[in-house]
Amino acid sequence: MRDPVLTFTPNGIYCPAGDFHIDPWRPVDRAVITHAHSDHARAGHRRYLATPGTAPVMRHRLGAIDVQTLAYGVPQTIGGATVSFHPAGHLPGSAQVRVSVGGQVWAVSGDYKLGPDGLSEQFEPVRCHAFITECTFGLPVFRWRPQSEVADEINAWWAANAALGRVSMLGAYSLGKAQRLLALLDPSIGPILTHGAVENTNAVLRAQGLPLPATELVTDAHSAKTHPRAIVIAPPSALGSAWARRFGAASTGFASGWMQIRGIRRRRAMDRGFVLSDHADFTELMTAIRETGAERIFPTHGYTDIFTRWLSEQGYQAEAVPTEFGTEEEEA
Amino acid sequence: MKDFAALFQAIDQSTKTTVKTAALAGYFRTASDPDKLWTIALFSGRRPKRAVTTTQLREWAAEAAGLPLWLLEESYPIVGDLAETIALILPPPSAIANKPLHQWITDLKALASEDLDTRKAHILAAWDQLDTAERFLFNKLITGGFRVGVSQKLMTRALAQATGQEEPAIALRLMGNWTPDTTTFHALIEAQDNGADLSRPYPFYLAYGLETAPEELGDPADWQAEWKWDGIRGQLVLRGGQHFVWSRGEELVTDRFPELIAARDFLPPGSVLDGEIVAWDGTAPLPFNTLQQRIGRKTVPKKLLRDAPVVFLAYDLLELEGRDLRDAPMAGRRAALEALLAPLPNTAPVRLSPVIPFDTWADLAAIRAAARDARAEGLMLKRRSSPYQVGRKKGDWWKWKLDPMVIDAVMIYAQSGHGRRANLFTDFTFAVWDGDTLVPFTKAYSGLTDEDFGKITAWVRKNTRQRFGPVRQVAPELVFEIAFEGIHESPRHKSGLALRFPRMSRWRQDKPASEANTIDDLRALLTAYS
Ligand SMILES: [Zn+2]
Ligand SMILES: [Zn+2]
Repeated sequence: MRDPVLTFTPNGIYCPAGDFHIDPWRPVDRAVITHAHSDHARAGHRRYLATPGTAPVMRHRLGAIDVQTLAYGVPQTIGGATVSFHPAGHLPGSAQVRVSVGGQVWAVSGDYKLGPDGLSEQFEPVRCHAFITECTFGLPVFRWRPQSEVADEINAWWAANAALGRVSMLGAYSLGKAQRLLALLDPSIGPILTHGAVENTNAVLRAQGLPLPATELVTDAHSAKTHPRAIVIAPPSALGSAWARRFGAASTGFASGWMQIRGIRRRRAMDRGFVLSDHADFTELMTAIRETGAERIFPTHGYTDIFTRWLSEQGYQAEAVPTEFGTEEEEA
Repeated sequence: MKDFAALFQAIDQSTKTTVKTAALAGYFRTASDPDKLWTIALFSGRRPKRAVTTTQLREWAAEAAGLPLWLLEESYPIVGDLAETIALILPPPSAIANKPLHQWITDLKALASEDLDTRKAHILAAWDQLDTAERFLFNKLITGGFRVGVSQKLMTRALAQATGQEEPAIALRLMGNWTPDTTTFHALIEAQDNGADLSRPYPFYLAYGLETAPEELGDPADWQAEWKWDGIRGQLVLRGGQHFVWSRGEELVTDRFPELIAARDFLPPGSVLDGEIVAWDGTAPLPFNTLQQRIGRKTVPKKLLRDAPVVFLAYDLLELEGRDLRDAPMAGRRAALEALLAPLPNTAPVRLSPVIPFDTWADLAAIRAAARDARAEGLMLKRRSSPYQVGRKKGDWWKWKLDPMVIDAVMIYAQSGHGRRANLFTDFTFAVWDGDTLVPFTKAYSGLTDEDFGKITAWVRKNTRQRFGPVRQVAPELVFEIAFEGIHESPRHKSGLALRFPRMSRWRQDKPASEANTIDDLRALLTAYS
């Protein structure tokens, strides 16, 4: 029996041949990072390897860190392993990691989705022997509709509020979901305002050439009176805060894959829940897994036990992997 | 079905009562009479006779989705609702049918007399003609439980707005034993004479918990105090030589309490009494868990009738000689009630719940402190001048309950919640120390904020020791204060004890597990209070 290319340690996913970790959750010497979300790109590692799209956001979030960048599809040798990044479609710059050791190829999906969102580099399947896949939405009750339908829903909601002179406040994770929503909005309806956390991230992404519509940072000069037709994009936590009060009796919305479930929609206590996720739905997960050609599948990050049993019944050699990634309800 | 689905979504999506009421009133102004009648029925917990079992629904849905049944079963607790789970896993419909709500229901009812294959074919065809939102509602027609999100109060208000009637009048019309098969929208809501239903109870008047010091209620002489019993609130309706027993949930429970039939021997027709059904040892109420054995049993075995007999402790009189007394002051109703019950022998199943005399609020506070000795859970305070109102109203009636008992316990198992809290760990098992081992003694799943549940969920993920299906054994580190209303012996529990209404009252982040309470502390509470 050959040694495994990747192992699962208390620090996270580890490659013995290359002596590096992928998205480790405790400080390590060398970290290969799939994307800049905080539960994947943590502070405290000595050296980071990331895509050119991920590095600037990571620097923005983590400050002065030692990052080496590596473009998609370019192999790099680290010790006895060859590593390359491949688009994951999760958010701009997000990557899967392909690791090859002595002819054995393993791939780590990070977070991913298959559907195009107009901003992120589109997901590319990676042929491999073993695939470590997220399964945040690995249940058949999760099935996404096409992005254009959700965009119509959001714009219709915004337009209806604007007609009533009521501000629309849309909660979205400041990295990824916020920019995806910005690109879906119809600017002819009214002005697009942003919370500072979103606008800071916008600035980093605009500097990399990402095409985002014009936005205005919310200041003390903004209120329901001055901008009655506006939509405000803000982190979900800001929606119920004192900061939001300037917009009066605004209509509130939240965009996430979790909004598929009525109970969770109700818990959020928002006026509207839009089902829009940056993760793969059940069908996409199955497609992605099939296209890797892998026989060994390691589900992680989600309903791993259920999903693993399902994969086993489908003939895969599947084994759940415990992780310390967050619940990501905010970003999902 | 489209307008009904739109109504449901408008109600479900909004967190504002005014928006919900407006949506419902709008629907009641425009929908057809049969659709309106069914909407009222569904939102008040009535549903068509079940033509298909939920087991069949699950099997057919899994088959239609091309998934193993277990995967549907595992998804169900995460979604928290079977009707929704099925609606979500089915493949998209091939065409959308344009059938009104009442027609779907009529077709469903007709299925009851069909063979299994026909029923299955009908359900599969229906699923294939409905979008996800409509499918969810169609499934709800079968599984029941439309009540979510629409209170009786909200529906009453919307109907009042749509028809121009007063809310109490609508509330009274909605009470009773009607079904859409026995009435029409016109007869139920609009017709002049709708007093034909002998069984009809009055809407219950419900009290709020007292939040201030009783002194703020003013002169004690204006108030009547009674024990607050730990039983089932009910109305005993005697009309036309028959008797009917209603629970506060507007459920007709006459058959569950056969001893109350003897009320007919002692009380005249045209009487309606408000009171508490309690298990009775001949002189005082028995603990609630004795009564609990009677709840949910439609037919009562002889032994249980002997071991847990019930009586009706009456505290208000709503109708006498066929006259509605609700506008009369509490003091007057009380006098009439006492006069009515005075001649009754000790053996009658209806007894007067006593009024507690007191002169000062301080006296009453001392009496309240001894409520457990009277087998009560506190006091009721009722303004002597108050009419009998509809629903939960502040001002005239107050519950003044005893403070709950509390114990500090260690969390040892965690399970994810349902519905609203499907992606959080919210259902916990708690243990107390017995020497150096932890003995589980209760489960609790409410009392904390979503924010706390979020933190605990993250902690559970990192501190799972073992998994048993959906249950996780966690490191015994977190301490919670568990509040409860009663404690009794229970051979079914490992600890030999069971709690009444346990909930988490505080997360004791200040306490290490070693400082949690012991099984002896619990036993001491048991001896002190039962
Ligand atoms: Zn993630
Ligand atoms: Zn992510």
